[in-house]
Amino acid sequence: MKTYKNDFDILKTKVNDQPLTYLDSGATSQKPRQVIEALADYYEHDNANIHRGIYTLSQRATDHYEAARDKVQHFIHAADRRSIIFTRSTTESLNWLAQSYGPANLKAGDEILLTYMEHHSNIVPWQVLAQRVGAKLKYVALDDQGFLDLDDLKRQLSDKTKLVTLTQLSNVLGVKTPVKEVVKAAHAVGAKVILDGAQGAPHMPVDVTDLDVDFYAFSGHKMMGPTGIGVLYGRLELLDQMPPAQYGGEMIERVGLYESTYTKLPERFEAGTPNIAGAIGLGAAVDYLQSVGMETVEAHEAELMAYAMDKLQAIDGLTIYGPKDSKQHHAVIAFNLAGVHPHDVATILDQSGVEVRAGHHCAQPLMDYLGVTATVRASFYLYNDLADIDRLVDALKVAQEYFAYE
Amino acid sequence: MSNMDLDNLYRQVIMAHARQPHHYHPIDEDLPYQARKYNPSCGDIIQLSADVSDGKISDVAFDGNGCAISMASASMMTDAIAGGSIDDAKQLSAAFSAMFTDEKAPDPALGDLEVLAGVRQFPTRIKCATLAWHALDDLLDEAERSQ
Repeated sequence: MKTYKNDFDILKTKVNDQPLTYLDSGATSQKPRQVIEALADYYEHDNANIHRGIYTLSQRATDHYEAARDKVQHFIHAADRRSIIFTRSTTESLNWLAQSYGPANLKAGDEILLTYMEHHSNIVPWQVLAQRVGAKLKYVALDDQGFLDLDDLKRQLSDKTKLVTLTQLSNVLGVKTPVKEVVKAAHAVGAKVILDGAQGAPHMPVDVTDLDVDFYAFSGHKMMGPTGIGVLYGRLELLDQMPPAQYGGEMIERVGLYESTYTKLPERFEAGTPNIAGAIGLGAAVDYLQSVGMETVEAHEAELMAYAMDKLQAIDGLTIYGPKDSKQHHAVIAFNLAGVHPHDVATILDQSGVEVRAGHHCAQPLMDYLGVTATVRASFYLYNDLADIDRLVDALKVAQEYFAYE
Repeated sequence: MSNMDLDNLYRQVIMAHARQPHHYHPIDEDLPYQARKYNPSCGDIIQLSADVSDGKISDVAFDGNGCAISMASASMMTDAIAGGSIDDAKQLSAAFSAMFTDEKAPDPALGDLEVLAGVRQFPTRIKCATLAWHALDDLLDEAERSQ
């Protein structure tokens, strides 16, 4: 297995006097040297405000910022660069849709279809929209392995359905959703589809044109980019009709005392000075991932998952959530140890330098659905190797011995 | 692996309470005082119920699911407040919180509860130790208002 650890200096850090074993990329990823250098480079050589200076430095900053937009466009295979809007995060992208697209397109009695495996950021904005316009939220069931129940989705779709919003990859169960089938069924009743790519974009090749989704939201920081930068992709004609989410500088054409006109896409959605460095850093992350190749990223993680699935399943009293077939289980693996609370597991693992998440993973409706309050979750990325999984398994055995009840 | 830190966190007394918590049974909803607290980071819930008669706390019970630290803390708390006055319980709760915020040595009034001081070395776990006590504060406020 090829190692990519050398590009990530942080992996040489020690925690609790132990080598760092970072298994929480589902929460945020580590950043390769190439991304950190791109940020430093920008601040050391090109820093200026964009789109407004007449001077050379501003033009340089603008060029780098807009080049990042092109990189993102190609990364997700969008047809038009104006479809790429920089936001703060997946959360902000989804909130903008709920606050801006929502009220302009939904009315009382309309329905929004979600799934039981959504992250809070793809639930709460829709609850607020539903309350605001009098729309109704409906949840699509999962089968006993955790896969989306496509039949249930089709049963619940009707001409009242205006939006279907779902994750591309569950941040708990590790399952991919059948996006193309969902899109086909949703479009057949005239509903639009929003795909939450927070977990998908970092881990698999993405082609929004082929998937035919109407909107796609993702974050930079989970795909080796900086925090504070995210993307909202939207079908051009939908973005064109969507009211701006925020108002201010950069997004205007002509400002009068009592009314103003707004500029065109994508600037119309980028009010104020954007996160210029963040966008450039995200561009560098895209470069890094593409230099490796998203197919390679996916294959590397599949190898880690196959190994982890075997090792974890061999531990007595360990329950895995989601499919047990490692080929169907991607990037994250959530589990519980019988008799030991996930917080206690995580504390003991942390003493061995193994950093995992414990809790509800911002998916409380899914936890309720699974009948648990919390789980431990290990998540992988390109910079992990088989030795990381061995350390996880060893630390889990320590936790089990520590809590062995007579 | 630094077992010393862990041993300091999961002391024998704590593990004994976590395994077999005291006053741990479904709460009595007919009792006059109830409180319920969430730990938003893990989703754990703790429920507490009690009565106050002749100025003394009685019929204390707690329910819920939590980690070893939160279960032990709740169990030891119920032992410490049962049969005491509202004022005693309030002082104890203040002393318990101070154990995690002050640099000073824990208040001797805490007695056995002092074993939970080891949680100080694990800042992400302090919320686990204080969850039941936040429920207690709510319950005591309610009890005080109706006395």
